[in-house]
Amino acid sequence: MTSRIPNIFNKNKSKNKKTFISYLVCGDPTKDITLSAMHTMSKYGVDIIELGIPFTDPIADGPTIQKSIDRSLKNNTSLHDVISVVKEFRKENNDTAVVLMGYMNPVHKMGVAKFAKKINDTGIDGVLIVDSPPEESVILNKYLTKYKKSHIYLASPTTTDQRMKNISKMSSGYVYYVTIKGITGSQLSNVNSIRKNVNKIKKYSNNNLPVAVGFGIKDSSSAQKMAAFSDGIIIGSSIVELIHKYSNNEKKMNSKLSTYISSISNVI
Amino acid sequence: MKRKINLKNYPSKSGHFDAFGGVYVSETLIHPLRELFSAYKKYATSASFKKTLNSQLKDYVGRPTPIYYAESLSKELGSSHIYLKREDLNHTGAHKINNALGQALLAKKMGKTRIIAETGAGQHGVATATACARLNLKCVVYMGEEDINRQSVNVYRMKLLGAEVVSVNSGTKTLKDALNEALRDWVTNVDDTHYIIGSVAGPHPYPMIVRDFQSVIGYEARNQFKKEYKCLPDYLVACVGGGSNAIGLFHPFLNDKVKIVGVEAGGSGIKSGKHAAPLSAGSPGVLHGNRTYIMEDENGQIKNTHSISAGLDYPGVGPEHSWLKDLKRVEYTAVTDDEALDAFFTLTQKEGIIPALETAHALAYAFQLAKKLKNKKILLNLSGRGDKDIDTIAKLKNIKL
Repeated sequence: MTSRIPNIFNKNKSKNKKTFISYLVCGDPTKDITLSAMHTMSKYGVDIIELGIPFTDPIADGPTIQKSIDRSLKNNTSLHDVISVVKEFRKENNDTAVVLMGYMNPVHKMGVAKFAKKINDTGIDGVLIVDSPPEESVILNKYLTKYKKSHIYLASPTTTDQRMKNISKMSSGYVYYVTIKGITGSQLSNVNSIRKNVNKIKKYSNNNLPVAVGFGIKDSSSAQKMAAFSDGIIIGSSIVELIHKYSNNEKKMNSKLSTYISSISNVI
Repeated sequence: MKRKINLKNYPSKSGHFDAFGGVYVSETLIHPLRELFSAYKKYATSASFKKTLNSQLKDYVGRPTPIYYAESLSKELGSSHIYLKREDLNHTGAHKINNALGQALLAKKMGKTRIIAETGAGQHGVATATACARLNLKCVVYMGEEDINRQSVNVYRMKLLGAEVVSVNSGTKTLKDALNEALRDWVTNVDDTHYIIGSVAGPHPYPMIVRDFQSVIGYEARNQFKKEYKCLPDYLVACVGGGSNAIGLFHPFLNDKVKIVGVEAGGSGIKSGKHAAPLSAGSPGVLHGNRTYIMEDENGQIKNTHSISAGLDYPGVGPEHSWLKDLKRVEYTAVTDDEALDAFFTLTQKEGIIPALETAHALAYAFQLAKKLKNKKILLNLSGRGDKDIDTIAKLKNIKL
């Protein structure tokens, strides 16, 4: 089926709500815990789940997500495993969008054509490859377009105006605006310049492409601030930390997670 | 490989060597990489920049480095002749200073005030710290925890030179992870910081910039050889980790009738799986911003590497080497830790030159070649001196210093 993502943004817009996107690393500490957390997050207000594909050399990630990836790799979580978790997830959930997020090499190893076909067969909605900007993604983009899947690209404070135009043209689903120069888990800074850049991307986009912002959003107050001028917010490190903290007690993890997710969902 | 390579076309505008290279980085780094490219084109090709760099290479680094004919060793091995391009005689003891100084001067021109670098054996870290001290730039060097332990002398040298050495304890705690950490620093501090990558690896334009700064080795060697011996060598040999000393020697000879061999770290042997030889036993993949031969498992995770030499202990290789391998212009092979160690002792004892353990890999292969071939001239890049490895060697021999 085609990507669920455009409908999700449209539906939220009509309800005057912003889209809630969460990130977690698949397989930390186990595939079962990941699956359980995915269900809880969607139940309490997450619209889109970015499911992290573990990779040994995550150059864009800070210590929190690096450690999460290390724990996942201790169980040899592979791209195949990540896809199988979504397959399980889809048995009970047909509404929440799932985006696979990660680095190029595991995808390269599987083969881009095979990867795209699996995405399609599994009911995955989109792909974000952090270290593969539009220039290096031509073939992947061709396949994702063929299957009507969302291809999400990053834009950042260092992205020039001309590039922002191209990125919003190349992207589908949403543009992921990285709020800061830095790695995941850093502190949020200049809200005004973030707002300015988000508006710029929106202006350049000729297909009303939503802009979601991520990096540095940790709690309801920062979520609310960012949601005020964007179409969606993305939370990663805080969720990864929370899952890790309570992962030895699944029930407690789900209860803590539901409280946290609700606290964000209620204010955006 | 019969047809000539139009070297001017590589890398392409997009930074590719046909299927290799490119710019596989997150969006935040795209702009600084393009800025670097523009600055490099603007400054580094200008006559005044070249004049400054050349005068510093001459008076500060000690270039040109000589070519030394290892006569007695050659005679012992057979009828072939081994010539050593003495990069170990450079200031700081290795070829790394050629690139570090070039890039530090470029950073100065770009108005950057802070320099970061990654280092494996510590040679690039020392070279960068040296260039920064000389040019009054702040310097931070990322180094794997394991490498800090086995290259303690170089760590102290960097500190003496005023650099901050940051111990990296993520992943395998070696060069690969130091590179990850340097990239993370750069993405956070792009405004005032220039990242001096020490090898021909990383995203475009690094493989090109580092190659160009290191090519002084090959240009010099080609002229010196022609002048002294009225011919070109039959063989070029150099060790390959990321591959900067090798590309520096090879590049000016690529369109000559010269056989070229790159020697990787075979560790405990290719069959053992414990090595650092992606060109000999790896597959194309994406690591540290470029597509190149890498060591990966069946799921595309980067494998642990093993080499006695910290400078070669890297699971990837510069994309230009991958390209030259597939073009069959350069032959890549590997020698084991033990073979490299033998060569280390041989050169030390027969010629009175203590080579770096990295360089000893190239030596081991050149010695095999010299035994096999009749009357051939082999030019080897003696990329670094071995003082930094004395501790490692002594430990292997159970000697307490």
